[in-house]
Amino acid sequence: MKLPVYIGLLDEAEATLASSFRVVADGHGDEPDVHFILQTFAKKCDAHREALKPVIGRYGEDVEGEEERRLTANGVKEVRSGPLALMLDLQDLYVLVNHIDVTWMMVGQAAKGGRDKELQGVVEQCEDDSELQIRWLQTRMKQAAPQALLVAE
Amino acid sequence: MTDRIADIWGERTPHGSGQAWPERVDQVLAEGLTDGDVDRWVQSACVLCSNGCGCDIAVKDGKMVGIRGRREDRVNRGRLGPKGLYGSWQGEDHRDRLTRPLVRVDGELVETDWDTAMGRIVARSRELLASKGPLSHGFYTSGQLFLEEYYALGMLGKAGIGTPHMDGNTRLCTATAAAALKESFGADGQPGSYADVDECSAVFLYGHNMAETQTVLWSRVLDRLDGPNPPKLVCVDPRDTEVARRADVHLAVHPGTNLALMNGLVRELFANGWIDEAYIAEHTANVDRLRSVVEPWTPEKVAETCGVEAADVRRAAEIFGTESRVLSTVLQGFYQSAHATASACQVNNLHLLRGMLGKPGCGLLQMNGQPTAQNNRECGADGDLPGFRNWENPQHVRDLARLWNVDPGIIPDWAPPTHALQIFRYVEQGSIGLLWISATNPAVSMPQLERIRHILGRDSLFLVVQDIYLTETAQYADVVLPCAAWGEKTGTFTNADRTVHLSEKAVDPPGEARSDLDVFLDYARRMGFKDKDGQPLLDWSGPEDGFEAWKECSRGRPCDYTGLSYDKLRGSSGIQWPCTAEQPAGTERLYTDARFPTAPEYCESFGHDILTGATTGETQYKATVEPGKAWLKALDYTPPHEEPDAEYPLRYTTGRTAYHFHTRTKTGRSRRLNGAAPEPWMEMSVEDAARAGCQEGDIARVTSRRGSLEVPVRVGDIRPGTVFAPFHYGYWDTPDGGRHRAANELTVTEWDPVSKQPLFKNAAVRVEKLRSGDGPSKAPDTTASRRATGAQR
Repeated sequence: MKLPVYIGLLDEAEATLASSFRVVADGHGDEPDVHFILQTFAKKCDAHREALKPVIGRYGEDVEGEEERRLTANGVKEVRSGPLALMLDLQDLYVLVNHIDVTWMMVGQAAKGGRDKELQGVVEQCEDDSELQIRWLQTRMKQAAPQALLVAE
Repeated sequence: MTDRIADIWGERTPHGSGQAWPERVDQVLAEGLTDGDVDRWVQSACVLCSNGCGCDIAVKDGKMVGIRGRREDRVNRGRLGPKGLYGSWQGEDHRDRLTRPLVRVDGELVETDWDTAMGRIVARSRELLASKGPLSHGFYTSGQLFLEEYYALGMLGKAGIGTPHMDGNTRLCTATAAAALKESFGADGQPGSYADVDECSAVFLYGHNMAETQTVLWSRVLDRLDGPNPPKLVCVDPRDTEVARRADVHLAVHPGTNLALMNGLVRELFANGWIDEAYIAEHTANVDRLRSVVEPWTPEKVAETCGVEAADVRRAAEIFGTESRVLSTVLQGFYQSAHATASACQVNNLHLLRGMLGKPGCGLLQMNGQPTAQNNRECGADGDLPGFRNWENPQHVRDLARLWNVDPGIIPDWAPPTHALQIFRYVEQGSIGLLWISATNPAVSMPQLERIRHILGRDSLFLVVQDIYLTETAQYADVVLPCAAWGEKTGTFTNADRTVHLSEKAVDPPGEARSDLDVFLDYARRMGFKDKDGQPLLDWSGPEDGFEAWKECSRGRPCDYTGLSYDKLRGSSGIQWPCTAEQPAGTERLYTDARFPTAPEYCESFGHDILTGATTGETQYKATVEPGKAWLKALDYTPPHEEPDAEYPLRYTTGRTAYHFHTRTKTGRSRRLNGAAPEPWMEMSVEDAARAGCQEGDIARVTSRRGSLEVPVRVGDIRPGTVFAPFHYGYWDTPDGGRHRAANELTVTEWDPVSKQPLFKNAAVRVEKLRSGDGPSKAPDTTASRRATGAQR
């Protein structure tokens, strides 16, 4: 039974993502859309962790001796500066969100296999949010890329 | 005609349901003149609000000397409002008019000739294109040019230079109307008609102070209200406007809470079964999601969030749900506030749920703020492709390229068109080096003015401004181009209910001033913009060529103009698009067959997530769309980002007065209009004024996190907790040029995620008394700004 490892992984990744969203939001206050939407996304991460709590209550989120095998994705601790800063910071978030997205997918598979209705419900709710975060990041990076790569100094 | 400063809406001519609106011809001639003195009358339409009233301009000895409403016009039946009567030609006939180009020499603007001015622009333009490419260029235009001018600008920007950085001040006024129509129906295009006022049994005004923003349309409503079987009236507005005073239900919501109210109204329709199940099933998608999103929004929860009575929410919903013909109109109270697109979409949803579209009296009017805003949306001088084409649809881009005979690769379709505030951000960061501003005044109209002044003043920016006066913005320019105003040039424009008018040149522009079209054509010629065959990209000899070119661009699209011509518009008085060979008289209402333009190959947009603005994208859109069905978009309410707190305890909102338009470039130079509202003010409720120790006329400071105003206090009937300031006032006519008059000193740089419209109506402020006044403030006593009557709740 290794599902608790992945549930622990998810919980940790959502916490990392939430704090990363907040770091980038605070560091790019001059880009109001980024600033506000990332705060909204951070709150969604908080909500995902809340939703996971009863599941963690049932399974636990850790298995002795398994920590070192975990995949980890480092969060964003501080924002960059310079003409490429926004794009690179958003790209970091993109990696984190995709990491979570695929983790939810796998946990969702396990939830179906284990006929765990509660966990399936949590996965459905959170997967949609990850997908939206990916689309928004793509939309914003698409907008930013030509200006940042061709003109900005 | 009564004096229309005192009697803004004029004499009543009441009419009952289904009756034609009676004629009433309004006219003003220069002092001392009578009809017999007029040499000729020249056909036009008024450009001092979005209503587009048909009018004739009186000319004597080569000068404009009067204005008269056209009795045969479908929009106004002869009427004109105070701005048209007293500020149209009068606002242009002023010694301050720019008559020669100006260029900056040693820090000062000095007069020069056109060759020198245009030469400087072309030199800088070429230099930047060579060193940095097309993304170094930005264009920021207006809602007040003519169709032909926007189309020329759209073509030179998109197919000459190839920059996505084109927008207009329409972003500040009408972007949400367009966005909401695209999200719900698949394409822009006003569903309703002004004639729906004559037919409706209830009218809802959402954040729309029509009595001051479109005075002639409000006269039409007043004539229904004073006639037999008047419609019920519901008003959503935090101020006790003239609309609120006549309303059966006034929902004076806290600014920033519109979406909570709308979700509550939609919920009541579901809860009471006031919906058309068959219409919903056949013509809409997404109803289950809408139902689940609004489910928590009981009238009690709405009441608590919005600061209104639950019974009023129920009553308003009952009127919408049970009246047989409901007309809705929406404006800046929704468009410039939090959740703008989502709230406007909920108005669309109310109509979709009841199947109330495309039928007499069942209109939906997502309004415009400016006379020609619609044309900017159509012609692609803003963040859209011409002809309501979809930038994410490669076939649409190829169609344009074929029409213009250019390589499709030059048309910027790789990302969403850049919205106004993002253009200014790129200027701030130095990556846009040439910004060309036409017929608008961002130094007063943009949010957070201290920041905007800093941006306009950047050394790295080459700023071109074309206008009729030396505006606050023009004072930052490197080149100022003097332009012809209304009545001094010919062109067409389209109002908020799709009515197209021809406005003919009545007189020559002053001095060396040229039409905006001539300026754009001259720039294209000097830059040598060519098509694939080496022919000039813009070979028009004048506006009629531009109109004919535009007709081809519009062919087969929702805004089809192919059945129109200058000759057809001449003498007639306003024709609504689409106008084609099959429908030569134009089209009164859209969606009479409940077929919506959502098919992926035809739609203008694949839509967005309305919480974040993430694009849906072609793949997902095609996977989910049911072609022909409208989308019921839904979003849960969350509080706006800047809410009152201990330091800034009051909500701040901005708006218009009936006597001025925009930044007063014309209306401030009309003696009558300026006399009616000569200086700025801020409105507070009786209790908030008492708490701040302020009395009527005291000078107070209003401070937000971004700046402050120092203006006289008007103690009025605004809802407690909210402060209002008119956004018209800037600095061109202040003796000391002080920085504490413009309402946008206080506003926040934030925008709706979908429409990108700035949130002018959501800020937190505090008020402190500076000194006692020497009498009452000069705020008008004839409008929403009138002194407190105790009507506030």
